[in-house]
Amino acid sequence: MAYFILKRLIQSVFVMLAVAFLAFSLFRFVGDPVSQMTGVETSEQDRERLRDELGLNDAFIVQFARFTGDMLKGDFGYSYRTRQPVAEMIATRIPATLELGTVALLISLIVGIPAGVYTALRPRGFVSQTILMTTLVGVSIPTFVIGIMLIFLFGVQLGWLPTFGRGGTVQIGGWTSSLFTSDGWRALILPALTLGVYQLTLTMRLVRAEMMEVMRSDYIRFATARGIPFRSLYFRHALANTMVPVITIIGLQFGGVIAFSIVTESVFQWPGMGLLFLESIRFVDIPVMGVYLVVIAFFFVLVNMAVDLLYVAIDPRLRVREDA
Amino acid sequence: MLTVENLTVEFPGRFGVFTAIEDVSLTIAPGEIHGLVGESGAGKSTIGAAIIGLLQVPGRVANGTMTLGETDLRSLGPVEAHRLRGERISMIFQDPQTSLNPLMTIEDQLIETIQAHEDISTSDARARAIALLEEIGITDATSRIKAYPHQFSGGMRQRVVIALALCTNPELIIADEPTTALDVAVQSQVLDLIQRLANTRGIGFLLITHDIGVIAQITDNVTVLRNGKVMETGPTDKVLRRPEHPYTSALMAAVPPLDRKLDRFLVPDDDTPDLAAPTGRSAADAEAWLSSGTQALGEGLLVENVTVRFSGNRTSLFRKPPAFTALDDVSMSVRPGTVMGLVGESGSGKSTMAKVITGLVQPSAGRLCLGGTDLPLARERGRKDPSRRLIQMVFQDPYSSLNSRHRIGDILAEPLWLYGLEADADKRRDIAAAMLDLVGLSADAIDRFPHQFSGGQRQRIAVARSLLARPRVLICDEPTSALDVSIQAQILNLLKDLQARFGLTILFISHNLAVVRQMCDDVTVLKGGKVVETGASEAFFTQPDAPYSRELLQLTPGFTSGAAA
Repeated sequence: MAYFILKRLIQSVFVMLAVAFLAFSLFRFVGDPVSQMTGVETSEQDRERLRDELGLNDAFIVQFARFTGDMLKGDFGYSYRTRQPVAEMIATRIPATLELGTVALLISLIVGIPAGVYTALRPRGFVSQTILMTTLVGVSIPTFVIGIMLIFLFGVQLGWLPTFGRGGTVQIGGWTSSLFTSDGWRALILPALTLGVYQLTLTMRLVRAEMMEVMRSDYIRFATARGIPFRSLYFRHALANTMVPVITIIGLQFGGVIAFSIVTESVFQWPGMGLLFLESIRFVDIPVMGVYLVVIAFFFVLVNMAVDLLYVAIDPRLRVREDA
Repeated sequence: MLTVENLTVEFPGRFGVFTAIEDVSLTIAPGEIHGLVGESGAGKSTIGAAIIGLLQVPGRVANGTMTLGETDLRSLGPVEAHRLRGERISMIFQDPQTSLNPLMTIEDQLIETIQAHEDISTSDARARAIALLEEIGITDATSRIKAYPHQFSGGMRQRVVIALALCTNPELIIADEPTTALDVAVQSQVLDLIQRLANTRGIGFLLITHDIGVIAQITDNVTVLRNGKVMETGPTDKVLRRPEHPYTSALMAAVPPLDRKLDRFLVPDDDTPDLAAPTGRSAADAEAWLSSGTQALGEGLLVENVTVRFSGNRTSLFRKPPAFTALDDVSMSVRPGTVMGLVGESGSGKSTMAKVITGLVQPSAGRLCLGGTDLPLARERGRKDPSRRLIQMVFQDPYSSLNSRHRIGDILAEPLWLYGLEADADKRRDIAAAMLDLVGLSADAIDRFPHQFSGGQRQRIAVARSLLARPRVLICDEPTSALDVSIQAQILNLLKDLQARFGLTILFISHNLAVVRQMCDDVTVLKGGKVVETGASEAFFTQPDAPYSRELLQLTPGFTSGAAA
């Protein structure tokens, strides 16, 4: 077990190094930081002096090492646009994105898994076909269109829900949460739905496909032949086996939800990392973009590791091989 | 106890109704083991599924009556039918690897099954489960019951499956190929267990199998099926020894006997051309082409002191992973133009040997020799090494060994251009067509895809493909174990004919001793990666040296056909 985790950690370090390299390349190759910082009236000598002071004339590898070292120390540099420390900017934005992503994921799981099981058990039923058709529409329409449609219906026509921002938030330590006020929840519903619909369809179809496969397997046929009650057959025997491969995908999805909430955040003006990233692109705020990349990669690595551990917890075949 | 009368099962489909079972009747008394034998597609499993009410959709029982004791099985509603399952009828499946839920302990699965049918406390259910496991021959059941299925070996798993089928005290157990996936030694233990349960507990068994040997060994009565119809039914001894129906006698004749060697098998419905005298001009062409190579005759293959070790899974940071020795100092010599049989249980290293010879696995020690010259081992053997052409292979599963997206013509032409034997595409096609004729397929097969052929036909194509490389050594890895007996007989005949005609050297890997006896001049027995015995085939079968060989021969379910020859 220890070996397994260590192996994963070492792999993760390499992934993070690769991402840090990409982020660093942004600084090097997307525009000249000095001309970003200075005006047209700065003389060539001053620019050269600034380059020297900032260490931009050092060898590439030295600069990269310094960049990684600073990152490790928690020094993410300063934004070109706002002159604030990037670490601070990201830290204030992370809670919004994480809450949005988690709620979206929960929606997709709470609806997607039962719907997947249902459609797998009654593949030809009218309800199943209806669910499959409807969700197919959900997948075919781009996220931003769904968002705009939801805003139009619930925000503009019915006027039930707010269409932008986080609503009422509560400050808990450094974490700004909208999960503790009804106002915050009202603001969260539409963006979370928008973000969750696509994931929901994917989860549902995946669960359905896996479940149908499992239902055809010998051990389910054997359990049926032994007269195991159907409830246990479906939810104890079949569902657990269905979830083994599904968990991997859900993990990747969660990473994806966090990373690609950009569109949803921009439609709903949700003050999360995605929105920050969009603003940074508009102003060529390279430090923020670089750090965003690194933070998202870190999330992916973290989630994947959690998934791997979960995998071992569910499947005794992996667990025992580790012990033996 | 169980009475089935005039059972007809239909599968309505897009192109009309397919009748899988037609007018089948059989009865099983308590304590009787009733064999159901037939080739694939005969509807054996469908009958079992119909009795327990688990026909695959859209199958339905169209006609007939099925009664178990006083209960009319056809009139039961879904809820009653499900309650009956396990309680009065149970089932054992073929593959113990897949028939247990991998995520639940044996204990959970047993207790759940017992509690599904009886109002009994968990601790009582556990006590009964443990007692049952012990009865069935699992030692140390109290602690083993906590284990997961993957922690048991194949034979033990099949015992657990039987325990699961038994734990509710059913009257009837439908055993669908219960020993097909097991080694002979384990098979004989499982068969003994079934026999014992029938005798002591009075459980009726419906034993579905394609293995005549198993039928001969333990069944009381037997029903022979073909295309969903009963060909013959009666006491096992009578049906097997004095078959009345011509199909039964043909089937018996196709079973390779263990106790003597036949020159050729009699094949039921043999509509393939007789290969001893090729009729078509093209078969002669293919023969001429095969013989025209630089050296068409087979060469001897020498294996000296080969050892193969695989490193195990790394489990700890500090310990070295334990190495697994697949082959341990194995030597054998295949004489030119003869067939060497390589036998042994699963895990004995038979297939590893094939991989070493074909250069797919790197042995940690040893030497290979082909016709007097050294054969480079896996890592030294380049992609273009000539030995890649000289050694060809026929695989076990004809369904996965042909690329399903390629036409037969392309599959057959591939060795010709790959080894640069024929530069002209049109000529390649002619040779491929001629070759099809030689292996007994019609020439119009050339533009079809593999899925349009049956298993036996595919295996013919696989043989043709391997021959087109003009090999000197042919390695056949269980070439017939995925096939029905009559098809097996055809393929064995084909291999025999080709071997005799072209003087091929063949390494014939099989776990089926009867087949090996029919095919081989010499035999090597492997056990746990070591050579137990090697020598002339007839001597091995009449007077085996090693105790292990004797045991192996003894455990093979024998069937001696009386009337067939």
